[in-house]
Amino acid sequence: MATVIPPPSKRQKRENLELSSTQQDVSEPTPDAGSFRARILDDAGEPIIDAVEIQFADASEKNLSTLVNTYLGREQDDFLPYRFDIHLPGKDTIVGVFPSSLLSLLQQHGVTAASETIITLSARPQAVFKVRIASRQLHKIRGHTQAILVCQWHPDTKIKRLATGSGDGTARIWDGDSGTPTHTLKGHTSWVLDVRWSPDGTKLATGSMDGTVRIWDPQTGAPIGKAMTGHRGWVCSVAWQPYHLWRDGEGPRLASAGGGKDDNTVRTWLVNSGRVDHVFSCESGVTCVKWGGTDFVYAASKDKTIRAWDAKAGTIVRHMKLHSHKVNHIALSTDYVLRTGFFDPRSQSPPATEEEKVKIARERFEKVAKKGDKVTELLASASEDFTAAVWDPINMQDKKPIARLQGHQKAVNHLAISPDGTLLATCGWDNHAKLWNAKDGKFLHTLRGHVGTVYQCYFSADSRMLVTSSKDTTLKIWDVRSGKMLKDLTGHEDEVWAVDLVGALVASGGKDTTVRIWT
Amino acid sequence: MPQNEYIERAQKLHGKRLDTEERARKKAAREGHKQSENAQNLRGLRAKLYAKERHHQKIQMRKQIKQHEERNVKGNAQEKEPTNPVPAYLLDRANPTTAKALSSQIKNKRAEKAARFSVPIPKVKGISEEELFKVVKTGKKVAKKAWKRVVTKPTFVGPDFTRRPVKYERFIRPMGLRYKKANVTHPTLNVTVQLPILGVKKNPSNPLYTQLGVLTKGTIIEVNVSDLGIVTASGKIAWGRYAQITNNPENDGCLNAVLLV
Repeated sequence: MATVIPPPSKRQKRENLELSSTQQDVSEPTPDAGSFRARILDDAGEPIIDAVEIQFADASEKNLSTLVNTYLGREQDDFLPYRFDIHLPGKDTIVGVFPSSLLSLLQQHGVTAASETIITLSARPQAVFKVRIASRQLHKIRGHTQAILVCQWHPDTKIKRLATGSGDGTARIWDGDSGTPTHTLKGHTSWVLDVRWSPDGTKLATGSMDGTVRIWDPQTGAPIGKAMTGHRGWVCSVAWQPYHLWRDGEGPRLASAGGGKDDNTVRTWLVNSGRVDHVFSCESGVTCVKWGGTDFVYAASKDKTIRAWDAKAGTIVRHMKLHSHKVNHIALSTDYVLRTGFFDPRSQSPPATEEEKVKIARERFEKVAKKGDKVTELLASASEDFTAAVWDPINMQDKKPIARLQGHQKAVNHLAISPDGTLLATCGWDNHAKLWNAKDGKFLHTLRGHVGTVYQCYFSADSRMLVTSSKDTTLKIWDVRSGKMLKDLTGHEDEVWAVDLVGALVASGGKDTTVRIWT
Repeated sequence: MPQNEYIERAQKLHGKRLDTEERARKKAAREGHKQSENAQNLRGLRAKLYAKERHHQKIQMRKQIKQHEERNVKGNAQEKEPTNPVPAYLLDRANPTTAKALSSQIKNKRAEKAARFSVPIPKVKGISEEELFKVVKTGKKVAKKAWKRVVTKPTFVGPDFTRRPVKYERFIRPMGLRYKKANVTHPTLNVTVQLPILGVKKNPSNPLYTQLGVLTKGTIIEVNVSDLGIVTASGKIAWGRYAQITNNPENDGCLNAVLLV
């Protein structure tokens, strides 16, 4: 009887499998490409590292990021991921996408003696977390009997409650995880034009076509107090006072903007008593109102100007005139932090005590807005005159904007500033969105792809993605770094009028009366 | 009937009369007198024709005057509140009313599988080949074998079609019975628009008829709907849509169809 070789042991089998399944590294070790001297600038353009010798072989974004973090003396746990823009020596061009081989990129752009020039890199800190791309439809929720005009997620990313306002005169609250309705808020007699969660998530404000503002308790779905009447036209926009400005004993305040032809006022209300605090007026209907982190109330109006009032004193402080047609929308660089208040997406649970909440809300605001000891809250305005503009209303000296963004071929409908305050996205009637640098208004990318008017755009919390909604029934997700489309979310049967996102969940609604949640 | 452009030629050769402009001015100035005289004195059929023409002219004139008056009015005539809900940023905006208002009702219907394959006219009378084709017997060779046919019903012939040589042309589609456009009705909007035909998708009687592009009642045609601004589910502008012919084009001399949505 012939000898039979025993079957391979488990270990042998595993090793064989590994050998056959993994790709062997057959690439040649890269020849020594030499080194270069790098100067690394921070966000504001100040040098972090004046000159440092780096091997070309080691010049990857990850290594450079580690270098910057070590240089700034951070602990391993506090390391921030950085993205680097390469300033090509001797040219004005800045390359925004870091290549796999820096040397070949420099050679492509005609830099021959790469090892002898100092190459300037500007480091842009990125969010430490990363938002997943929404790629499929999670829920299609029917319920509203008329078109959905506005939607907004609860400020806490973990709660995942969605509020929508509709043309049937109701606002509804939905559970984002299960896609089920929780409450129907009935009371308005006409369309609900705006829905805003308070920054602590305990109240919901709705503004309606019938000229009233109502406050609701999202836990029970019951109204709080009576309808706040005073506007004579419709209420097209409402804004909550940022959490860190809520005064003791008085509770939150709310600003509402009156549109229509008889009403040109912005009213601020004491929410707890339903009393009017101040009435500010414009020359023509108001289109959008925002409440800044320094207690300024900003309002864009059809009279072509943007006004800022001090909400405490009740006086006008800025009057920004530039646009030659009505101003459609305004956005603040602090929109995201003011809206989310003390809910930090990184922390596990919200702070327990009142003082802590205010402290965290203030810290989050200052992290975005404070440069040195100066608070700069950027304001961007989108206008019907085909342009957008960036302003610094707090430190404004000469009544001029920081930049005027020209490039759109039709009216600009909506804009958003990224949560880290570096990017600005505009979108409008010329079927595409554009990305700009929010700080100096430099043009970055045109996001082409929609075949209808782009109605709204929002950034994800990590400022790496942009979601746009359009008349062509689609939502599109864009990579802000390369300006490429990442995902096309199709499924709506008609125009998409409202979109909002929290974490990886995107909610949208529009003319086809269904709310859709994408993940 | 003028033969050739002899007036222009004479003017080019010899120039105009020196008093041409004055004569034209005078003629125009007397136009009113002339019209009045005609209106008073013409009798019989001439008077009828004249009155009809004048009536038509006056309608046009009044319309034009009205247009001018409307143009002169400053500001918005009246601000109407839109009847369908729109978000705050679309309020107060003069939206061009498109025929796009495809209600979600039809769209829901489309989502149902059953609705997708039902057409407005499910059953049509079959048309025999004897009825559709006329045998051509002209010419010695042709008469002997009689292989040539003339299509007796309306047809759609694509824009880039050229007829084949006589020797090889088996089916003749007469020029007088060719159609390029169809009056297409949108079933829910109740609007009818004239749209160019792109092709014949299916003639239910016979696959050969489909190939020949024969247009009879119940035939499914593809029409160019790009003017209507209909958008597909994936957000592209819809270009071609199917429609079904609802009349007998050979009797009516026009092509009526209903859009399949």
